[in-house]
Amino acid sequence: MIVIFGIFLLTLLVITAIAIVRTDNLFVAVMLMGIASLLIAANFFILDAADVALTEAAVGAGISTVLFLGALALTSERERARSSNRLLSFTVVAAAALIIIYATFDKPRFGDPEAPVQTHVAPWYLEKTPEYIDIPNVVTAVLGSFRGYDTLGEVFVVFTAGIGVLFLLGGGTARGSLPQEKINEGLRHHLIPRVVGRVLIPFILLFGLYVQFHGEYGPGGGFQAGAIIAASVILFALLEGEQRALSVVPERALLGLIACGPLLYGGVGLAGIVLGGNFLDYSVLSSNPVKGQQLGILLIEAGVGISVTGVLLAIFHAFAARGR
Amino acid sequence: MTTLIDTLSWVLLTLGGLSVLIGGIGALRMPDLYTRMHAASVTDSLGAILVLVGIMLQAGWSLATIKLIAILVFLLLTSPTSSYALASAALLAGKRPFAETGQVKEEST
Repeated sequence: MIVIFGIFLLTLLVITAIAIVRTDNLFVAVMLMGIASLLIAANFFILDAADVALTEAAVGAGISTVLFLGALALTSERERARSSNRLLSFTVVAAAALIIIYATFDKPRFGDPEAPVQTHVAPWYLEKTPEYIDIPNVVTAVLGSFRGYDTLGEVFVVFTAGIGVLFLLGGGTARGSLPQEKINEGLRHHLIPRVVGRVLIPFILLFGLYVQFHGEYGPGGGFQAGAIIAASVILFALLEGEQRALSVVPERALLGLIACGPLLYGGVGLAGIVLGGNFLDYSVLSSNPVKGQQLGILLIEAGVGISVTGVLLAIFHAFAARGR
Repeated sequence: MTTLIDTLSWVLLTLGGLSVLIGGIGALRMPDLYTRMHAASVTDSLGAILVLVGIMLQAGWSLATIKLIAILVFLLLTSPTSSYALASAALLAGKRPFAETGQVKEEST
């Protein structure tokens, strides 16, 4: 049954991908990419990868759609006329596709219990997580502790990407005082979205915090929570005007958040060395190694969440500032 | 009792699936944006309520049901709002309703 659902969703995904390629209206393409993200998130979910599904839904379908729309507001809605050299690009794409299809022949069959992914380190993680870390969600244990270096790398990728976008778009520049009508922009004259948005924003924030701190027990964690919290502030910015959102979370604070996340993560890692363990070894953080691991995962997840929130909001504000 | 709840839940789920299907057909076949939105709203309102209540019956009195109720409340708040935003944006952009013009303009998607 799962296989049928999977094939159905993947077929829809292929159809959506073809539609994205064929449309020359970039607005339509952005909407279709949101749909593609939701489809792949549903596919992840039926394969029991709830954490990845949540990330894909929050980041792929949610935030990146907003950021793409922000980018579209700066450029035109229509794609530029295609270059004439289509035969060359078609050949390159066809060759790459053939190589990928050829590579899939070496892959293990779907759900094969003898596949390397099932026999390599995964059984060890599943067996040792209750003993070493004692949290129900093994994904968080792997992401936060066993593979802490990889996640540290991801946080630095997010950090670097955020700084790069801010440099390109010229964010962080001090702006003069704006006229009153600019401050009152947003959807302030549309009563219904404003009222409903105001009701929803606290709950979205609450849900973000739940996803952040419930990551040890259920699907969730810093990346998803960062995207959700950023989404609630972006919703506030869309409803009440960007300036009001900036007065709630000023640009200086955002830059602080961006730096704070990797610093917190790295600081937890260094604390491990100072207390006599290895880098990113959380066991020494507390007298009880298991409690230390849990504390370490909580702290680094908070670092991830802070960093992702800061970067996404800073990018959004950079796009919005560019549009003025 | 279990059979009764199961039957009821499957009836609700089937009706929900049917209304989603009707909404989809309507969204494809209606003449202009506003009538299409009207058809698609069957999916948002009736379809979502029926499917979620059907799943709630399957879940029984558990934490999952509370979460499903939260999802339902969220959907019932957001989908009319987004429909309103879409319709008002279309009206502001100068799209006239089919009932006024009486002719189908070429949809550019």
